Amino acid sequence: MSVLDVSDLEVYYETETAPAQAVDGVSFTIEEGENLGIVGESGCGKTTLAKAIIGILPDEGYVNNGSIEFEGEDLTEMSDAERRRHKWEEISMIAQSAMNALDPVYTIREQIVEAIETHRPGTGRTEANEIVAEMFDLVGLDPERADDYPHQFSGGMRQRAMIAMALALEPSLVLADEPTTALDVIMQDQILKRIGEIQSDINSSMMVITHDVSVVAETCDRVIVMYAGKIAEEGPVEEIFGNPYHPYTIGLKRAFPNIRESDQDLLSIAGYPPELTDPPSGCRFAERCPMATTECRTTEPEPHHQGDLRTYCHYADEIDDGFRSRADDPETWRDTEAARSARTAAEVND
Amino acid sequence: MSDAESPDGADENPLLRVEGLQKHFQVDEGLISSLLRATMGKEADYVHAVDGVSFELERGETLGLAGESGCGKTTTGMSLVKLHEPTDGRIEFRGMDLTESNDEELDEFRRNAQMIFQDPFESLNPRMTVYDTLAEPLRIHDIENETARIRRALEFAELQPPDQYFDQYPHELSGGQRQRVAIARALVLDPDFVVADEPVSMLDVSLRAGVLSLMERMTEEFNLSVVYISHDLSLLRHMCDRLAIMYMGEIVEKGATEDIIENPQHPYTRSLINAVPVPDPDVGRERVELAGEVGDAIDVPSGCRFHGRCSEYIGDICETESPSLERKAEFDDDREVACHLYDSCGERS
Repeated sequence: MSVLDVSDLEVYYETETAPAQAVDGVSFTIEEGENLGIVGESGCGKTTLAKAIIGILPDEGYVNNGSIEFEGEDLTEMSDAERRRHKWEEISMIAQSAMNALDPVYTIREQIVEAIETHRPGTGRTEANEIVAEMFDLVGLDPERADDYPHQFSGGMRQRAMIAMALALEPSLVLADEPTTALDVIMQDQILKRIGEIQSDINSSMMVITHDVSVVAETCDRVIVMYAGKIAEEGPVEEIFGNPYHPYTIGLKRAFPNIRESDQDLLSIAGYPPELTDPPSGCRFAERCPMATTECRTTEPEPHHQGDLRTYCHYADEIDDGFRSRADDPETWRDTEAARSARTAAEVND
Repeated sequence: MSDAESPDGADENPLLRVEGLQKHFQVDEGLISSLLRATMGKEADYVHAVDGVSFELERGETLGLAGESGCGKTTTGMSLVKLHEPTDGRIEFRGMDLTESNDEELDEFRRNAQMIFQDPFESLNPRMTVYDTLAEPLRIHDIENETARIRRALEFAELQPPDQYFDQYPHELSGGQRQRVAIARALVLDPDFVVADEPVSMLDVSLRAGVLSLMERMTEEFNLSVVYISHDLSLLRHMCDRLAIMYMGEIVEKGATEDIIENPQHPYTRSLINAVPVPDPDVGRERVELAGEVGDAIDVPSGCRFHGRCSEYIGDICETESPSLERKAEFDDDREVACHLYDSCGERS
């Protein structure tokens, strides 16, 4: 059975005009012990998705439609009190900024113990303290420092403390929102390794939200690429990075240099994502896509299935007829309208 | 415009020569503890942020400074453009020693040396329009043709059409546009030298390539010398001719980018390169976890500062003798390494 089954989920934010459709018709599942990566740029709805799952949407956010089934129960139909029961014990979250996620006026120990006592009433102090020591050990922190306050920790240590807290109750699902973005490469490497080890120990599933495709390539089994509130492409990590079908996936992958390659021609996706209060009627990526046709601008693409890969692109079935090689060529991307208008004037002036 | 052509022979010098640069910060302490310390005759504590950094930068060359948080790369960059007064050491710009130069020379230097910061949300004044942000340096340096220069700089930064941006405030711009304004501001004075500190780390993935290619174009067309500061070696590999790897305020290895990335020799450089994730699930990366955290920058470790975390520790010499950054007999490229594993070839840098 899937740990999480999200079906046709719509999460909207109230605005002064029309609601912003931050997550729009998203469906996916996470199996037991599986790691799912969610990648996309800012505003694509990836963090909103996590917040809807754990139930911490801000006041103006609401689930408009769809269901979030966690171990067979629909979370969207539960009261806040019922959902709170699940939080931390079964679903926990590693937030992006550990400095803001930890309470500055309590010691780290007090914060972890509080979470344990709330969710497992009857746990004695000694037992709770044992869990703290054990978790600190697992994330590579000195258990004696559990009585420190968050400000006494470095950024990397705070992020580890956050991980210790998120994993203390051995939840079956961990939502990690940009778990290493604020850290430098060495700390990132240590923390990703640590999360992987602990996770296989307690056999939890994880949803990793990030804009960094390399982090996903190294930690996840499956990937969802999101664009402007919708899934653009979903599939096993090897397929997504080895044989992507969606031009956006291809663009993202080529947008940042790879340390293993010299002299790379980077690809720049010109333009910005669409306004979510008034999304385009066709493919949401059409405006920035160098391959887009009239059909793309008017009709929403149906999913195209190729093995385990699910792609929302009208031209996915023509991928081998030169479509991929064109999408993989940075030259093609220099030829979009947005890129052209930025360039011509600059050249005139040189 | 490539080789030396200046009649005064100034081009025999590299554009920038840094020698033994040091920047120490005194540790904050309260009044009482400072009095107590004084009565006990103890010296104040200092953070050794940059501790003896030397390198040269040729005209049109790009150098990457890499290292973990707290290794002193940003302090080095800020000292290079005189945002910090160095504690010790020399910085020569076109042969002129900045520590001894007069106001007029410094003024000339400030016109020629610009910095691009990491966070365009914080580096732009929220109460100044784009036009004023770019006009300010021109007014300070009394440069004519203000509007034409501003227009040209904005166009170069691909903010089109420029006039449309004149009256906008930073909050009306996206992150990518803001960083482009910051780049335009750096270029409006036609500098020779730019320090770029993590110029794309705050930007969204889809915008990074655009800003990076703008910076490549900037280096080429203005024949700029650029120091890039980043912890991200994949970015530095893409942008830089040479690399200098820093650890605890010192350079531990420097040389041509390709030599260093393809064939790192200092144990720390290896760990740093190994820690970079690869966007390809089929590449099995050798993960060597670097134990512990960076050492204490106040009470710096003796000998090689990396010895406590080093996987190739060879004995007492690592703890007692500080290795100097020099050419080694084992390598025939122009790499310099500060490590006792290799034999000095007697040619000190």
